Amino acid sequence: MKVLIPQVLHSYTPGREVAARGTTLAEVLADLDRQFPGIRFRIVDEQDRIRAHMRFFVGGEAVRDLSQPLGESDEVIIVQALSGG
Amino acid sequence: MAYFEVVVLVATRKGAWIYRGDARRTDWRVDGPHFLGHIIHHLVLDPRDGRTLLAAAKTGHLGPTVFRSTDLGCTWKEAARPPAFAKAADGTGRAVDHTFWLTPSHPEEPGVWYAGTSPQGLFRSEDGGVSWTPFSAINEDPQYRAWMGTVQDGTPDGPKLHSILVDPRDPRHLYFAMSGGGVHESMDGGERFAPFVKGLEVVEGFDPADPTFHDPHCVRLCPSRPDRLYQQNHCGIYRIDRPSDTWVRVGRNMPASVGDIGFPLVVHPRDADTVWVFPMDGQTVWPRTCPEGRPSVYMTRDAGASWQRLDRGMPPTQVWWTVKRQAMSADGLDPLGLYFGTTSGELWLSRNEGGEWTCVAQHLPEIYAVEVLALQAGVSPP
Repeated sequence: MKVLIPQVLHSYTPGREVAARGTTLAEVLADLDRQFPGIRFRIVDEQDRIRAHMRFFVGGEAVRDLSQPLGESDEVIIVQALSGG
Repeated sequence: MAYFEVVVLVATRKGAWIYRGDARRTDWRVDGPHFLGHIIHHLVLDPRDGRTLLAAAKTGHLGPTVFRSTDLGCTWKEAARPPAFAKAADGTGRAVDHTFWLTPSHPEEPGVWYAGTSPQGLFRSEDGGVSWTPFSAINEDPQYRAWMGTVQDGTPDGPKLHSILVDPRDPRHLYFAMSGGGVHESMDGGERFAPFVKGLEVVEGFDPADPTFHDPHCVRLCPSRPDRLYQQNHCGIYRIDRPSDTWVRVGRNMPASVGDIGFPLVVHPRDADTVWVFPMDGQTVWPRTCPEGRPSVYMTRDAGASWQRLDRGMPPTQVWWTVKRQAMSADGLDPLGLYFGTTSGELWLSRNEGGEWTCVAQHLPEIYAVEVLALQAGVSPP
């Protein structure tokens, strides 16, 4: 499925849009990390908690659970909320 | 010994810069920014090879990581496995917010590094910083976890494990410090650690026997006399000479108008009686600025019995920056060069052990750490 990557993570990917496989958000993140080593840990911590300021949207809806089921036609948007100075 | 280059590593709140100077320390070439926009808490060059750099990095919105260079900063690669706590099955486990401190291990252990994190954790790499694993039992030990406290007990951006020291005579003899949580020592390569806080004062009204209440800011071991350590603490400046187990508050000998509160402390690499500190205002609400707006390094040549003000070349008044615990260092040359970086983004240098100060760089972001290494002839630069 299509995954849109925020600009702050473009150092890991060839661009804004990449493809990944998985039936859940967790599997998609694992596949992203296989393709782009290190990217998952910048988004999700070692306790599998989504890091502060990182958000996922699927079909325009916010997703906060990594076990969220996904379909092949879904599009995942990873958004990073800028904050701080 | 012939030196051909001095490398000054400046870690800041917005990236890292590398200043490379000649052996006279008069001509400087700036290399940077590296990792612009990243918070770099520590940038350390491996003295064992003179070319491997590790950078402890995060941004305001991405998880923490470690970047690694094997060509003195020409190219960088991210650690394959940055420091991270073990995953807890019940969902209550801790997550590393940032790696704060990096220490290369003993020369007999090439490739071995230690890292201290916030929240407090101790980590080790055996492959030059590529992969990191939790080290010793302290990260999950209930007693150590109690001493570490929570984020409410630590410094403004989180409690920190720092000052990881390796005895130059024995790589199994280790120290580390926690803000807060005290100083700790291991004689068996980290299998077991024990508190090492006797003689240290704590804030009035608290029990000094409880490591929780101790706040060491910076602990240094004297390379020329490894049985001697100094410490800049929240509650003063201390020295200890082993086998004594009791720290002595040598900061009592500082001028009363300046006090003995501060963060950084530098020991002379060849003279264990000589130490430099950078006092700050720790009164009332802890402004963390130069006392009375008048910056100065203070030096002792007699192991803390007396202290001398060294401010020649610095602006005399209306100065409100300070120097953080990792932001003062020495280069090892003779006469020794001293360097410090300020919270206002200035890099200062003294070529004569503090006798005269010169500002080398201005307008950098807030400086978190300054590390210096003089590269010797025979060590090939990239």
